[in-house]
Amino acid sequence: MGRIDSPPKIGEVIEASTSEFTAQCYELHQPPPFGSLVKTREGDVEIYGVVLRAATTSIEPGRRPIARGRDEEEEEGIYRASPQLEKLLRTDFTALVVGHNAGRGGVETENDEKLHHYLPPRPARIHSFVYLCDLKESARFSQSLDFLSILVGAGGQADELIAASLRYAAAAHQEPRDFLTRAGREVAVLLGGETNRLTTILRRIKW
Amino acid sequence: MEERRLGIVVSGSLTRGVEVRLDSAISVEDIAVGRYVTIEGEKRRFFGMITDVTLDASDPGLMTTPPDVSDPFIVEVLCGTSIFGRLHVLPSLTLGSDAMSLLEGPQPVKTVPTHFSVVRESSEEDVARVFGQVEEKQFYIGTPLDMETKVRLNPEELVKRSSGVFGKSGTGKTFLARLILIGIIQEGAAVNLVFDMHSEYGWEGTSEDNRKVKALKQLFPSKVAVFALDEESARRRKVSTDFIVEIGYGEIEPEDITMLRETLGLTEAAVQATYRLARRFGERKWLESFLAIEGREELGELAQSLGEHEATIAALHRRLDSLKRLRFLVPQARDNTIQRILEYLDRGMNVVLEFGRYTDYTAYILVANLLTRRIHAQYRERMEQAMGEDITKPRPLVITIEEAHRFLSQELAGQTIFGTIAREMRKYNVTLLVIDQRPSGIDEEVMSQIGTKITCLLDNERDIDSVLTGVSGKSELKAVLAKLDSKQQALIFGHAVPMPVVVRTREYGSPQSYKELGFREALELKKQAEDEAKDLWG
Ligand SMILES: Nc1ncnc2c1ncn2[C@@H]1O[C@H](COP(=O)(O)OP(=O)(O)OP(=O)(O)O)[C@@H](O)[C@H]1O
Ligand SMILES: [Mg+2]
Repeated sequence: MGRIDSPPKIGEVIEASTSEFTAQCYELHQPPPFGSLVKTREGDVEIYGVVLRAATTSIEPGRRPIARGRDEEEEEGIYRASPQLEKLLRTDFTALVVGHNAGRGGVETENDEKLHHYLPPRPARIHSFVYLCDLKESARFSQSLDFLSILVGAGGQADELIAASLRYAAAAHQEPRDFLTRAGREVAVLLGGETNRLTTILRRIKW
Repeated sequence: MEERRLGIVVSGSLTRGVEVRLDSAISVEDIAVGRYVTIEGEKRRFFGMITDVTLDASDPGLMTTPPDVSDPFIVEVLCGTSIFGRLHVLPSLTLGSDAMSLLEGPQPVKTVPTHFSVVRESSEEDVARVFGQVEEKQFYIGTPLDMETKVRLNPEELVKRSSGVFGKSGTGKTFLARLILIGIIQEGAAVNLVFDMHSEYGWEGTSEDNRKVKALKQLFPSKVAVFALDEESARRRKVSTDFIVEIGYGEIEPEDITMLRETLGLTEAAVQATYRLARRFGERKWLESFLAIEGREELGELAQSLGEHEATIAALHRRLDSLKRLRFLVPQARDNTIQRILEYLDRGMNVVLEFGRYTDYTAYILVANLLTRRIHAQYRERMEQAMGEDITKPRPLVITIEEAHRFLSQELAGQTIFGTIAREMRKYNVTLLVIDQRPSGIDEEVMSQIGTKITCLLDNERDIDSVLTGVSGKSELKAVLAKLDSKQQALIFGHAVPMPVVVRTREYGSPQSYKELGFREALELKKQAEDEAKDLWG
């Protein structure tokens, strides 16, 4: 591994299915933003996901941290006073799989022919590294808006997720407004008659 | 160059036409009914007309609770996706592109384009392929909406059957009819006899802004003769007339009086009495003899001897006596008008009969009927002869009448010569060009025999219905017809055009327009004559 221009890794897969993967962050409290594009791999296949949720919890399930800051002036003081805290907490995030890039091998290529906006044949491997995609990759991935149909079915938070991922992708495009208009139209088509959902999303991405 | 893409076909049927969903980039406001589109089907291209434009939404909820339209972003996203425009298109013809179908030309549609076929604005070439390329000397009637291509109206085809120009008052019927007559003359498709009620076809007419426009004789001095019923008026208007019409009492037959029943206000009994009078005094003598009777007593005696009510005869006398104010009616005509007209027609001269000051229906109906009946009888005789004896047939004749419903109403169509001509089509080489602003007043059967209909704006439902009776795609065309401009636009359909077409009527009245129609100024004519002489004599 260790390709030259790979973006820095931010975590490691700890749970995976074909439609989602969960990773633990290397840095506490530093998950990738909600709606951002991340990727991991399974063999030669790069798997892309949109960050669906992130959470920081105690490393021991069932045990919750207790409040410690009564005597501290500022929040950072708590961590300074109890450095072991960082070891007792963890930040995890879950990404919804939205596409994959099959068989690129080790060769970085500009052409997107193998970029698919649907689920990969196999889930990510546990302990695979997870990277936050840079703007360029994010822009390239969102050239096609086919991944939106996966987000539309994401359950309770789907609308928030769509809006967040589009805001995130828009920032990577040269003409964010054009991108959002195009995306908005795609969403309008996907949602069909669900006008209320549509306008909710549009209000969240309006430029 | 690719024409502008409008959308895709989403549903439809052969009988009702197809529905087209507009692309989001196209605003419904840029669309107009009556325009042509070409649909790129899987195997062939379809050519059709836009007949309706609709606003639609994928979710009816949007209509009840509209989104925040103050936000341009939201509006932009919704337009073309959740809310969109739809076109209704009536495909009429298919255009193949292989060699064979190019040869065959456009064919009537027998199916519809497949789902999602792309719809574009028609190119000028497609329009030209449908309506035919207009050659230098060929007549065209106008251009389709927003296009430059000329729409040919084939005079040859037109005169094969009767045709009609309709439209409410002031929409351009007279201008259209004049153009059509010019086309017929220009291409020599037929000779014309025009009953010119308002004296606007022979020498000159007027346009709305009171400018004079040239009429037929000025454009074609060697091919048009003006016959005048009102010498004084003609002289005042400086019309160069060829013949002053007089009609002898002897020419008027009881049938002619039947036609005047309404305008003269005659009872049925009075009309019947004219037949008795004709039997009593003789066909050619009855009117003169009847009008010569003056005293009440004498009329009373006549009534008694005919077995009529005295009052009937007295009323009839009074009404017929009022015909005397028509100065062209004389006891003895100096010349035989019918013979003269026929001579001119035989020489290929077109005859315009001007009414001058006699712009009332009595004069118009009386004269048009009387002359047409005789002329038709002659044509008929000669056609029958020609069929038997192998002599040349008389030239095709087109008779133009205004206010056609006065001759062709349901009550009259069965009895009048005009009804006969309309029904027998061109059996005797005579057809009609009828001009009317109230087509619903024309007998239905006659309407159905009219081969080519050229109709300007009509706003009365019954008139629209009557014009469109028996046309396929009626309800679609209805929408188009009701949306025509109030001037210089016409919907043409029927025999002489391959498919219904909305045209902007070509401009008429400017020096340029005369020139395009073959008019040569005197100077130019002189020069031409000199040039020809030079060629001839060196
Ligand atoms: N092709 C045309 N070129 C130029 N002007 C036109 C044309 N058609 C119509 N017009 C204008 O519209 C006016 C009305 O046209 P026109 O007299 O032919 O109407 P109409 O239908 O015969 O009316 P009416 O029912 O009163 O006889 C004309 O005087 C002229 O100014
Ligand atoms: Mg008129």
